[in-house]
Amino acid sequence: MKSLSQDLGKNGNDYATEDTHEDLTLLGFWLYLMTDCLLFCALFATWAVLHNNTAGGPSAHDIIDLPYVLIETLCLLFSSTANGIAMMALQRRNTRSLLGWLGLTGILGVFFVAMELHEFLHLIESGNGPQRSGFLSSFFTLVGTHGLHVSIGLLWLLTLWVQISRKGLTAPIHSRLQRFSLFWHFLDLVWVAVFTFVYLIGGDL
Amino acid sequence: METLIFGRLNYHDIPYDNPIIMATLGGAIMLLLVVAFLVWYHGQWSYLWREWFTSLDHKRIGTMYIVLSLIMLLRGFADALLMRTQQALAEGGVAGYLPPEHYNQIFSAHGTIMIIFVAMPFFIGLMNIVVPLQIGARDVAYPFLNSVSFWLTVAGAMLVMLSLGLGNFSHAGWSAYPPLSEKHYSPGPGVDYWIWGLQIGGVGTLMTGINFFVTIWRLRAPGMTWMKLPIFSWTILVTTLLIMLAFPVLTVLLALLSLDRTLGLHFFTNHLGGNLMLFTNLFWIWGHPEVYIVILPAFGIYSEVTATFSRKPLFGYTSMVYASLAIATLSFVVWLHHFFTMGAGANVNAFFGIATMVIAVPTGVKVFNWIFTIYRGRLEFTTPILWTLGFIVTFCIGGMTGVLLAVPGADFQLHNSEFLIAHFHNMLIPGALFGYFAGYAYWFPKIFGFRLNETWGKRAFWLWLVGFYLAFMPLYALGFMGMPRRLVHYDNPLWQPYLVTALVGTLLIFAGILCQILQLTLSIQQRRLLQENTGDPWNGRTLEWSIPCPAPAWNFAHLPTVHARDDFHVTKQSGQAPPSLPYSAILLPAASGLGPIMGALAFLLGFGLVWYLWWMAAVALAGLVLCLLVRSLDDETEFLIPATTVEATERALRRIASSPYNASQVSQ
Ligand code: HEM
Ligand SMILES: [Cu+2]
Repeated sequence: MKSLSQDLGKNGNDYATEDTHEDLTLLGFWLYLMTDCLLFCALFATWAVLHNNTAGGPSAHDIIDLPYVLIETLCLLFSSTANGIAMMALQRRNTRSLLGWLGLTGILGVFFVAMELHEFLHLIESGNGPQRSGFLSSFFTLVGTHGLHVSIGLLWLLTLWVQISRKGLTAPIHSRLQRFSLFWHFLDLVWVAVFTFVYLIGGDL
Repeated sequence: METLIFGRLNYHDIPYDNPIIMATLGGAIMLLLVVAFLVWYHGQWSYLWREWFTSLDHKRIGTMYIVLSLIMLLRGFADALLMRTQQALAEGGVAGYLPPEHYNQIFSAHGTIMIIFVAMPFFIGLMNIVVPLQIGARDVAYPFLNSVSFWLTVAGAMLVMLSLGLGNFSHAGWSAYPPLSEKHYSPGPGVDYWIWGLQIGGVGTLMTGINFFVTIWRLRAPGMTWMKLPIFSWTILVTTLLIMLAFPVLTVLLALLSLDRTLGLHFFTNHLGGNLMLFTNLFWIWGHPEVYIVILPAFGIYSEVTATFSRKPLFGYTSMVYASLAIATLSFVVWLHHFFTMGAGANVNAFFGIATMVIAVPTGVKVFNWIFTIYRGRLEFTTPILWTLGFIVTFCIGGMTGVLLAVPGADFQLHNSEFLIAHFHNMLIPGALFGYFAGYAYWFPKIFGFRLNETWGKRAFWLWLVGFYLAFMPLYALGFMGMPRRLVHYDNPLWQPYLVTALVGTLLIFAGILCQILQLTLSIQQRRLLQENTGDPWNGRTLEWSIPCPAPAWNFAHLPTVHARDDFHVTKQSGQAPPSLPYSAILLPAASGLGPIMGALAFLLGFGLVWYLWWMAAVALAGLVLCLLVRSLDDETEFLIPATTVEATERALRRIASSPYNASQVSQ
């Protein structure tokens, strides 16, 4: 991709660089992540208001299987670690290693989503779906929104993986990987908050 | 099977039996067909598609935003006229001509449309046009995203418009409080139209917020330090910050309400553990900053206009900047003043009441700055300055009634009364709309190359101003007399004279709107006469006036370097002719059809979700993802304009060597 920024603004026609364009995109992506963060804040606030409204149904304490969630959590954390190693491979421009670690990132992510889905299905089957109470509505929505983000991230990762294996490490792919990596670590952070507030504190454990 | 294909859509959803709706609908469809036919007859469809709908040029996108806003203003105003007529009639034994369920939809639609689809697109249009020109940039940071944002806004507006003829609109007020807006009490598609219209438009707004924040942050001309940034761009920077902070909350709020309604969850229901106060809080955590989002840009316009036509630098520039920042910060700690009566307790109410009053301080600073700018200036009474003067006087009244409402004890009396209606119209019409009208007249020549007719502009102003006072001052009195808002009928003959006066005022505003339409038509006819050759029709101070009218696609043939606040004014004062630099080729974002296509898909997505046409929603969503993929694989996103073209165009646009400012040109 040619650099648009060279003609957009302060960098004039004379000393334009590829970097400015990437900088712009990266800054925008950061801001997007911050708005996403606020979105999660609103969902956490909802959780804080509703988590005791069990309406005679189960409470967080009753439905949380902590060891299970711990394994789920580890999947996501190691997925992020794998992503970190992949980014180091990117710096060394080692495509094969990069593809390998990105693959691991994806597989662990899939495990995470699968475990979450399993947890959800189990709850729904035992009559404790999101329609059961205000508490369960907010539980499913908060955890599910995170899960949705992870799933979208996985789709994104897939397109990146295919692009890298086809075209190699072009400049746009390089910058997209950088953004993906930010996204992935961000989701990790959100999950740490979910784990703490919903599963540890909310579950009274 | 049938529900699988048609969802809950049924041909009974077209309101055949309501003559008012059918007549409006018939009229609107006829008008659309006539316009479409005329465009086709003159063979302009492909021109419109190539040069406008698919354009990524910020000036064109901005213009389209304003066109959208003006169309929606007509709709929102028609609603207001209906309500005013109804209330002027419906006393005692007279039922009026609007049935209650229709009246409820009208005020809900009016509020939603005026705020989301009139005020928002109007200032977003102006900022699209002006910000890159003021900061010396060739476009915004993400031109493609800009186009997508616009078309998402169009999609949201079209959903709201469609509700007129297919199904119904929400009857739950523009704020859609549960439990009324829950499925149990509002089973129809109305509230879903409200949800998805706002949600789709809101996503567009959020992206615009990010886009312009980055644009101002990173694309300022070299030398334009923060304290040299033109004040309108400053207010836009603060506004985009507010958008980024407030709109995610709206997104969540709407998502939760739609989960309640479509999947039977319990966020805001009044049984099974829902909490409707959660909705009220979230709504106003977005809603209060939202009113500053629409007002701050107008403040910026007033500042520009006042400085230009007083022929003086803006008084207290720095304090203007800090006042904007203070208003923005405070706007996040006052949301509870919208529901003092809902049981928060005395201490909480006291905190929010005082915080609300404190906002009057930075706002007062601004008012005094405007007045001191005018003081001992040589004020020139053009249309933009008239709007500004009308604003300053009227806005102060609204501000004072606002401080009154901020006293919780007084609010217990005035809450949900016509006093409140008078107060916020008193803020929004002079505070926001007048400012946009001033900006429209002020920057019009920069886009079209000719000025607007002043005579008709002034007539429009006076009609709006007098009409405003007649239409809304009686409502303050009605509030004190105990008249609640949202009434379709009342049994108190004492109220009627006031409501009839309000109708008269609304008719004057109507005449004002007609003058504006006339003004535009006349100005187009007289465009030769009103032609603007210097690029600087008002003897302006900021960079946008240093380039020709109409601004060429690339804005600046040579990117400027800034040395001072009001840089262009300083350059003019120094009397130095601009150096003649050689022209070079310029790279610009290439047009893309994906914007309108994504808007259409978003519309289908919203339509599918409103009517439970799940297949349509799924297809539209997949289409949207596909569009993004196509875009990310497209490497031809820019095109090069050769230096010769740049040179020829610039020479043609500056055909008459910049003649010095000529006062007689302005006041014709
Ligand atoms: C142009 C002249 C206007 C007139 C004559 C007008 C008239 C009205 C009337 C009669 C009502 C209903 C009051 C009631 O409930 O008793 C109303 C409500 C409202 N108006 Fe306006 N209006 C105008 C412009 C605007 C503008 C420019 C905005 C916003 C930017 C606006 C925002 C609202 C809102 C938010 C409501 C409350 C709707 C609700 O109750 O849910 N109006 N207006
Ligand atoms: Cu407020």
